[in-house]
Amino acid sequence: MVVDTEVQAPPPVPRRRRRRRQLTRRDKIVATLFVGIPLLLDLAFVWFPALASVFLSFTKWTGVGSLHLKACGKPPLPGLPQPGCMYGVQNYNIAFTNYPDFWPAVRHNLIWLIVFMVIAAPLGMLFAVLIDRGLRGGRVYQSVLFLPVMLSLALIGIIWELIYSNNYGLINTIIGHNKNNNLIDWLGDPSLNLWAILVEAVWRQSGYVMVLYLAGLKAVDPALREAAKIDGANEWQTFWRVTFPTLKPINIVILVVTVIESLRAFDLVYITGKGNPVKGLELLSVEVTQNIVGETQRIGFGSTLGVVLLVISLVPITIFLVQTFRRDEEER
Amino acid sequence: MKVRTGRIAAHVFMLAMVLLWIVPVLFALYVALRPEKETNRLGYVSVAHKLTFSNFSDAWHQGRIWHFFMNSVWITLPAVVVTLFLASCVAYVVSRLSFKFNVALLIVFTAGNLLPQQVLITPLYRLYLAIHVPHFLSDSGLLYDSRLGLIVINVSFQLGFSVFVLSNYMKTIPRDIDEAALVDGASLWTRYWRIVLPLCRPAMAALATLLTTWIYNDFFWAITLISHGDKRPITSALANLQGQFVTNQNMISAAALMAAIPTLVVYVLLQKQFIAGLSLGASKG
Repeated sequence: MVVDTEVQAPPPVPRRRRRRRQLTRRDKIVATLFVGIPLLLDLAFVWFPALASVFLSFTKWTGVGSLHLKACGKPPLPGLPQPGCMYGVQNYNIAFTNYPDFWPAVRHNLIWLIVFMVIAAPLGMLFAVLIDRGLRGGRVYQSVLFLPVMLSLALIGIIWELIYSNNYGLINTIIGHNKNNNLIDWLGDPSLNLWAILVEAVWRQSGYVMVLYLAGLKAVDPALREAAKIDGANEWQTFWRVTFPTLKPINIVILVVTVIESLRAFDLVYITGKGNPVKGLELLSVEVTQNIVGETQRIGFGSTLGVVLLVISLVPITIFLVQTFRRDEEER
Repeated sequence: MKVRTGRIAAHVFMLAMVLLWIVPVLFALYVALRPEKETNRLGYVSVAHKLTFSNFSDAWHQGRIWHFFMNSVWITLPAVVVTLFLASCVAYVVSRLSFKFNVALLIVFTAGNLLPQQVLITPLYRLYLAIHVPHFLSDSGLLYDSRLGLIVINVSFQLGFSVFVLSNYMKTIPRDIDEAALVDGASLWTRYWRIVLPLCRPAMAALATLLTTWIYNDFFWAITLISHGDKRPITSALANLQGQFVTNQNMISAAALMAAIPTLVVYVLLQKQFIAGLSLGASKG
């Protein structure tokens, strides 16, 4: 299958043959368009906004009136829309010291990441390893565990509301907490709701990890495992000492996916709160969004939170790029 | 002996997990099939006296599922086609011509796709309000609050992943093939369109399945870049329906399940393609 061909390194191409290649003028124009148009889109709608958020994070701007490159002075007449102005690091100052949702959001993102790392990823790996060992009915298991990956997070949020429903829900009914005097408010109680939502998120994420890991496992040379067996290694040792180290590339992919997905977490919380902020479910992604969809836009402050998210996400992105493109660099 | 207990333990574990995975979905279906009056009286966990499709038909009519579904179709299909076309163009050049900045180019695309969407949204939102487009392309006259705007951002954002996957795939196709065509005097376009692209069919099919599902399931862009609830594609329209049927969870769950039908069709018919697509993205080491 495609996966198998994928792993083989492409045959090295002698440099000379490359140089002999001739491009006509028309070919050159076509090649430029081939790269130019997609690159322009990517730069204009992905990279420009990403970098612009760094600039905007140093401004104060409600989006009404234009943005001036002057330092913010005293507010003019009250009630008049204030044009945008340069605000220095004030937004960061406010975020770190004054904005009540900031540190809870960071903490929740961190918890989200840890749960993905210590529960969702190992669980997905375990599924993959068991299925890959040829467990009878493995294909059926795989199909079922994979189902949530296909579903939108919006749908997942909605179906789990039925499970967590106060009076009628599956959990409260089973544990007998569905009377009005003893309800457990899984999605509303700030000390519980993050964990309840994380169950939903893990439910989806582990299937995702499983599929990625299965692809990696299929590419491992079975002879390696055989050899380990002959040498008297048990299954546990074989996996950790032989299989796992050869899976380094896929492990990095999973690490990156885990971090990025936990930073992107948004949909489940939005659906659960019906678009409103929920105490206990503050996340950086949700805070960013609230500064533009709310009645008063705070473009500068929203960007500041975006930059925090950007800086954090650069860590896994860099790891991934280094691991992926180092070999390409070595080849040239 | 030890091996056998291990096997049994593995099966017990997997069966428990499968149960945990399937119950929420079946439970939602069960609730959707029951009248609200009955579940209000008995709760969701109870023996059904009556199973009915009325929640589905009510949600269909009152929730205008078809309208929102068509919104999704008109965003998803163009976005997937354009993404695949543009991504394969870049991938062709990157994998076939030797530019000095090939790797840099790949990095720009790949890294862009890994950014959380929320990093872009604030400036993007202002950008969308600032870009004017002719009315025959967007009824709002802006990229903001328009179908075109959603197509543009979905294409731009998904390009990264697609370029990455396709260029890896094209690198595994021997160069000799289009080298031979070059000798025959085929132009760059011909070599791309007639020779390399047809060979990429498996990767394109896998990627198309993946992109269709992802873009159809997109929630964030539509929530932030569309202001009229009416124009939303179906996944994000579920958020409005939640408000509309706020007391009737049975109907919401019926609506949500109907919205999932296309992805369930993909799940049943194209699961292999979907998984192949994910694997292509992951197996570049």
